[in-house]
This record gives sequence, C-alpha cells and structure tokens, in this order.
Amino acid sequence: MKILVPIKRVVDPNIRVRVKSDQTGVETANLKMAINPFCEIAVEEAVRLQEAGKAKEVVLVTIGGSQCQDVLRTGMAMGADRAILIETDAALQPLGIAKLLKAVIEKEAPNLVITGKQAIDDDNNQTSQMLAALLGWPQGTFASKLELNGDHAVVTREIDGGLETLKLRLPAVISTDLRLNEPRYVKLPNIMKAKKKPLDVIKPETLGVDFAPRLKSLKVEEPAKRKAGIKVANVAELVAKLKNEAKVI
Amino acid sequence: MTELIKRRDIDFLLYEFLNVEQLLAHPRYADHDRKVFDAIIDTAVKIAEEKFQTCAKDLDNNEPSFDGQKVTLIPQVKEALRAFAEAGFPAATYANEQDGLQLPWTVFQAAMAYFHAANISLSAYPLLTGAAANLLNAHGSVEQKALYLPHMLSGRFFGTMCLSETQAGSSLSDIRTRAEPTDQGYYLIKGTKMWISGGEHDLAENIIHMVLAKIPGGPPGVKGISLFIVPKIHVQPDGSLGERNDVALAGLNHKMGYRGTVNTVMSFGEKDNCKGYLIGEPHKGLECMFHMMNEARIGIGMGATTIGYAGYLYSLDYARQRPQGRHPLNKNPQSPQVPIIEHADIRRLLLTQKSYVEGALALQLYCAMLVDEQKISADTNRKQVLALLLDILTPIAKSWPSEFCLEANKLAMQILGGYGYTREYPLERLYRDNRLNPIHEGTHGIHGIDLLGRKVRMAGGKAFTTLLDHIRETIREASGNRTLQAYAGQLSNTLQEVEKTTAVLIACENLNLSLANSTIYLDMLGHVVIAWTWLRQAIVVAANAGNATGDDKDFYQGKLAACRYFFHYELPKTHGMMQLLQSLDDTCLNITSSQL
Ligand SMILES: Cc1cc2nc3c(=O)[nH]c(=O)nc-3n(C[C@H](O)[C@H](O)[C@H](O)COP(=O)(O)OP(=O)(O)OC[C@H]3O[C@@H](n4cnc5c(N)ncnc54)[C@H](O)[C@@H]3O)c2cc1C
Repeated sequence: MKILVPIKRVVDPNIRVRVKSDQTGVETANLKMAINPFCEIAVEEAVRLQEAGKAKEVVLVTIGGSQCQDVLRTGMAMGADRAILIETDAALQPLGIAKLLKAVIEKEAPNLVITGKQAIDDDNNQTSQMLAALLGWPQGTFASKLELNGDHAVVTREIDGGLETLKLRLPAVISTDLRLNEPRYVKLPNIMKAKKKPLDVIKPETLGVDFAPRLKSLKVEEPAKRKAGIKVANVAELVAKLKNEAKVI
Repeated sequence: MTELIKRRDIDFLLYEFLNVEQLLAHPRYADHDRKVFDAIIDTAVKIAEEKFQTCAKDLDNNEPSFDGQKVTLIPQVKEALRAFAEAGFPAATYANEQDGLQLPWTVFQAAMAYFHAANISLSAYPLLTGAAANLLNAHGSVEQKALYLPHMLSGRFFGTMCLSETQAGSSLSDIRTRAEPTDQGYYLIKGTKMWISGGEHDLAENIIHMVLAKIPGGPPGVKGISLFIVPKIHVQPDGSLGERNDVALAGLNHKMGYRGTVNTVMSFGEKDNCKGYLIGEPHKGLECMFHMMNEARIGIGMGATTIGYAGYLYSLDYARQRPQGRHPLNKNPQSPQVPIIEHADIRRLLLTQKSYVEGALALQLYCAMLVDEQKISADTNRKQVLALLLDILTPIAKSWPSEFCLEANKLAMQILGGYGYTREYPLERLYRDNRLNPIHEGTHGIHGIDLLGRKVRMAGGKAFTTLLDHIRETIREASGNRTLQAYAGQLSNTLQEVEKTTAVLIACENLNLSLANSTIYLDMLGHVVIAWTWLRQAIVVAANAGNATGDDKDFYQGKLAACRYFFHYELPKTHGMMQLLQSLDDTCLNITSSQL
C-alpha cells in the first residue's frame, strides 16, 4: 500500500493577513508560512496508517516555488518517506492543481490519496473532488474516521445532519476534516533525519498538462468593519428589529 | 491569539543581530542549517502554546498538594512535560554520541523562551533538570554519567539543585549538611535543605538531587563544600530502579508565584542511610557548581525576560482594543472614545516595556552566543576574551531582567487598569511569577556585590576593560551613521563616567564603603549594557531596513524608536546613579539598626 499526500504551503494560521494595497490579493511577502492545517492532518493519518502496518510508503507532493520545500521537510519530519516538489512560480488554481496531481499520481500509482479538505488561504474546498473526478476514483470527503480493510476503505464523513459512513473501493481519494486526528509534534531528531530523505524536484512542463488559471479574481477587499452594537429596551423591540431590520425572522 | 514572543524579533536576533548561521562553519554544527533551527523553534512554539500556556492558569490556581504520602499536581503538567521530552528538547544541545543533536545553545535558548513565556512554573522542571544534567555532564565520572545522564536527557528522571538551607541562603559557606565517607565508596548524607524546587513529585520515575554538603575535617567556609549525587531511588547499572534512598519530603512551601513548581523542604538521612556519591574532588563542590552557573543564570535571566515579554505583548494587544477617553485636544464628549493606545502615556508604558524586554532578550541571546563561541573557539586568546565577557555579563544577564522585566510586568498591569489587577487576566500571575527572579539564584543584592566586589576587579580589571572595549567597538561603528551618531556620542560620554566611577570605587580601601551601594552599581552598569544592545540592534536595523515594506518596515522602525526611547528616557538615569556612587555616599552604611 502506497499513500500519496498532496500538501500546500499557506500563511501560518496564527497570522493576521492584510489585503494588498492594489487589491489584487493578500500580502504574503515576509510572512511566516506553514503547512496547511488540514494537510497536516492528512500527513498524520498517512503516517499513522504506515505505523500501524497498513501502508508501506508515504509520499508527499506539493506544487509551488522552491520555498515549498519547507513544508515537504516538515511532512517528512512527521514521518513521510519522500517528497516531490512540482516547482513553479506560476499562479495556481484548483483545477490546474488537480490536473498536475493526476499526472503525478499516474506515475506514482498510489493505492490511496489523502488530501486536506481545503486550504485555509483560499478556502476553495475543490481540489480533492476535482482530482477524484479526473482520476475516475471514488471519493470520501470530510473524513473524521478512516479504516483500511483489504481493497476497501471505510470512511466516516461529517455531514450537516450527522455522520455518514461510506465504503470505497481502492484506489480512492479521501479528504480530511478537523476531527480525523490530532497531528503529532515534530520531534527534533526527526527534523534532522528529514534533511536526508529524498526530495525530487520536477518541472510542471514535463507533466504535459495545461494548468493555466481559468478564473480571474477582480478585487480582494477587507471584510466590512463590525459596527458598534445597540442596546434594546425589551424583548418586543428585539423581535421587531430582527423581523423588520435584520429580516432574519 | 497574541504571540508569546514576537517571532520576527527572534528571527531578527538570531539571524540579523547575532548571525547565528556563522556557527554552521564549525564541524560541530555542520548538520544544521537555518531551516532546521526554524523547524525546531516552530515545534517549541506549538508545544508551548498548546501544552504549556493552556494550563498556566489552572496550575496557578491549583498549587501542588501533599497528603503526607505524595505530592500531586494537575495532570496537564505531566502531559506537557512528556510532550517536551518526547520532542527531544532535553538532549538537544548534547553531542551526537549522547543521543543529542548538537544544537547551538543560542537556538536552544530561543526555543526555551517560548516555554518560559507560556508557563514558567512548568518550564522550571526542565530548567532544573537541565542544570543538574549539565553539572553531571561537566564534572561527573564516566560511570556516573552512564548511570544517570541518559535517563535525565530522555525525561525519565528529573533533577534538582540542593544548595540552600534555612540558615544558609545567600551565605552558602554556612551550610550544615554533612557527608560522612564510608569504605563502600559512597558518602552518608545528613541534613535538611530548604527551598528545593522540584524536590518531590510524581512527574518522573526518579529524582536526581545535586546536593552541596560538607565532609567533616575539610577547610572552613566555601572551600570545604563538596557536591554529591543523591538519587531519590537508587539506580541499577541496567537503568532499572532499586531501593528507595533515605530522602524524605519534610514539607511544602507555599509561594506567591511559580506555583506549579513544587517547592520543598527536603530531609536527607533521617534514618542515617542516605547514600550520596561525590562528584569531582572533595571540597571542590562550589567550583563545579559555579562552573555551570553562567548557563543556569542566563537561563534565569531568560525566564525573567520572557515573562516580561509575554506581559508586554498582552498589554499591547489590550491597548489596541480598549476604548477609553479622548485626546486632550478633543472637547466633544459625544465623539467616540479612542483606543487607549492613542494616549501618549500608554505609549510610554508600552515603549518602556518594549525597550526593557527586547533589550534584555538581545542581551540573553548575545550571552548564549558567547557560550556557543566559547565551546568551539580554537584560539586561546579569543577563548579567554569570551570567558571574561561572560564572567562580567552573567550577573547583569541574570539580574537586570529580573529587576526591569519585572518592572515591565508592573507597567503591563497598569495598561489594563483595574482589569489587570484581577485574576481574570494573566498579568497579575506574570507579575507574581516574575517577582521570584530577583530573589533566587543569588539575590539582586548578592549579584551587585559579586559584580562590583569580584567581577569588575577580577584578572586585574581585565573583564571590565574587555566589556568596555566591546562597547567602544559598537560606538565606533555607530559613529559612522548619521542617525546613530548622537547615541554613539552619548554612550561614549557615559562610558567615560563609568570608568571614572569604577576607578573611585575600586580605589576606596574601605571595602564596606566601596560595596555599600553595589546594587546601584549593578543597575547602572546594567542600563549601560542594555543601551549597548540597543545601539547594536540599531546598527543592524540601519544596515537591513533599506527596502523593507509593510509589517517589516514597522518592525524596523519600532526597533529604532525603542532605541531612541532607551537613550532619551533611560540611559540618562545612570548619571544620577554615578554621581551618588562617586561620592561614596555612606548614608545607608552608617545609619544604625536602632535608628531605622
Ligand atoms: C521559590 C524559590 C525557589 C528556590 N529554589 C531553590 C532551589 O531549587 N535550590 C536551592 O538551593 N535554593 C533555592 N531557593 C533559595 C534561594 O536561592 C534563596 O532564597 C536565596 O539564595 C536567598 O537566600 P535566603 O532566602 O536565605 O535569603 P537571605 O540570604 O537571608 O537574604 C535576605 C536578604 O539579605 C540580603 N543579604 C544576604 N546576605 C547579604 C550580604 N552579605 N550583603 C548584603 N545583603 C545580603 C539578601 O540580598 C536578601 O535581600 C529558592 C527560593 C525560592 C524563594
């Protein structure tokens, strides 16, 4: 069993981002970057499966500039065996990413792909679904529990009304939700060991897919500032305001 | 969530101010690089925030209890310390052969800063264990090291430092604990130790006490003190635990702060069967101890600094959010209130804190870098210079933050007004915690005496002149820069006065009079040293800030503002102190007990 985990480098979740003055995006220069938290959960799950003897190899993939090697090293320090960087400074969108991943997956032939359900920068929640569709593989999104049984995966998913359990034939694409696991702390000796694990850098051109962006973002703005609240005199006034002004009841 | 320590500041200090990467050229650090350092600090930040900080309030509210049988702490403590040990922090600076990572001490200190800032009463356990382990590593025999060290570095055993007794705190020459030699190779220890941090608990399988005691017949005073390993439970050569040693908990002390660090009265040899194992030679115990003291004291200074730093960032965040009052120019009571950070006086409180805590952090990491350089330097002259610098800077690195980062905590509390005084907010805890630092590891007063009575005079005044030479080098560098010229001039004038003051004090033959105001001398020289670290930071900013934009530009500008603040508001205070010192004022010396 080989597991492939695509991961993304994003602005550290503890950092408050600012919109660029020309409104073309958010400021990322000199900001602290980190592995996307959902991707971290995906790596953790893969490593746990390997530790439990259910998987043989865990391979990480990311797409982006050379600085993305950082998150690959982090993932290898968590326990992944090797990593692939598809190196490009071009703009990337979910469909292009899914296509690039598909090309790598065809080469690597993993039995399972585990992704984060979304990246906390753009919050698209699209890549894993698109990837499953392009591959023609079954998908189990928002997994809060994952079990492997021979040629099947049993996935418990968090859905609006509660939990749904799916049985998927492998190979399949799984995307992780927050409660799937609690990622481990990277151990210091493993940080050193990760330096010596193989990290292949490939150029996207060699994969022969068109990953040019299809969507154009027009403008990025700060959310409106929260206005000061008001005090209501009684319940009747509150109900009236909710009905007539907020129009929520 | 606000950061515990500004990561940008840590990065600035490590990579711009100290250029820690220069260590990589040495074979000891060849396996490392900046990415490894960053990843290690990332792990520290995570564990500090998720395991240490989250239980700080709980631990403060539930101090350790003793039911006559065992000491109990809230369960999160063990869990946090396990995460710390499993991540590999205790052994990080040790050699590869000892299952360590050969991490530079400077980077380790930067990582530790986060644990201290998150919860000092918890990080005190690894701090103590680390000090005991370092002592053993430096002075223990091969067998002793093999028996205890691996377990201390894996987190299986914890350690303590047992120096103080009820009648002997500052004055260790008066300890009474005895060590009777036997013909079995061990000594029988008998006595009571006071104030022992981490003396008893259920956080580790075993506790290894480092105990100072006197072997009968030895020389009087500090020259007759020896150092012993006293395990709580005897350890077999295969690492398994044997019988319990005759070490008993006599009681707990109930403290103002650091409440999670169990503080004990320990009784050794109540049944005349407490076995202790001599470290090094007889009567040389204090020398062994003090050999390791530089690092331990920088550790304490780092603790004091980071508690101040955490308070600063908390109060900064609060000041940005709390609306209260209007500008003096605005007479319209209907206009909205401004966030208090708009008030000049609040900005003064913030800048004072910033100049104290960031100045102190720069000093701590600078001293840590001296320790690293000392470890690898092959040049004997350079090694000597480093040793002298460390000798004279250590009392300052321990004491200045203990005094002034505590003051920073006071100012942080002031920014929160009444809220800061309540237990709903962490500032009163930070303040209580930090209040210990001028008391333990040598009181503030004792370090003043150490600095003026010993360090300034040692090696014919060479440590002192070495320090001044280093400061002058910075002054020379700064004089070439238009914006920094004025500070360079000011610091240069101050240094001349420092030299004059020191000469007067040393020339005074009456040592009682010469040392009567030594605490003021310590504060004064501390302020000069912190001004120096600010000027050094400003030089780095001048070189690196060129094209900075956005947050980075603000960061650099903030550094320059804090430097300016320190030179305008703080450094001038030293002149008053030096006037007093030069006058050899005897008011305090001569007032009698009955007049007070
Ligand atoms: C919470 C806590 C934890 C501690 N942990 C440990 C530990 O783990 N191991 C350990 O061994 N000890 C520990 N200590 C002890 C600590 O190091 C001592 O409290 C400290 O050295 C001061 O000793 P003392 O309390 O006896 O005060 P004293 O020595 O009695 O001092 C009282 C005052 O007199 C001043 N003074 C004393 N002598 C002189 C002098 N010659 N000239 C001028 N002024 C003087 C001091 O500066 C101080 O202000 C701890 C203490 C505390 C409070």
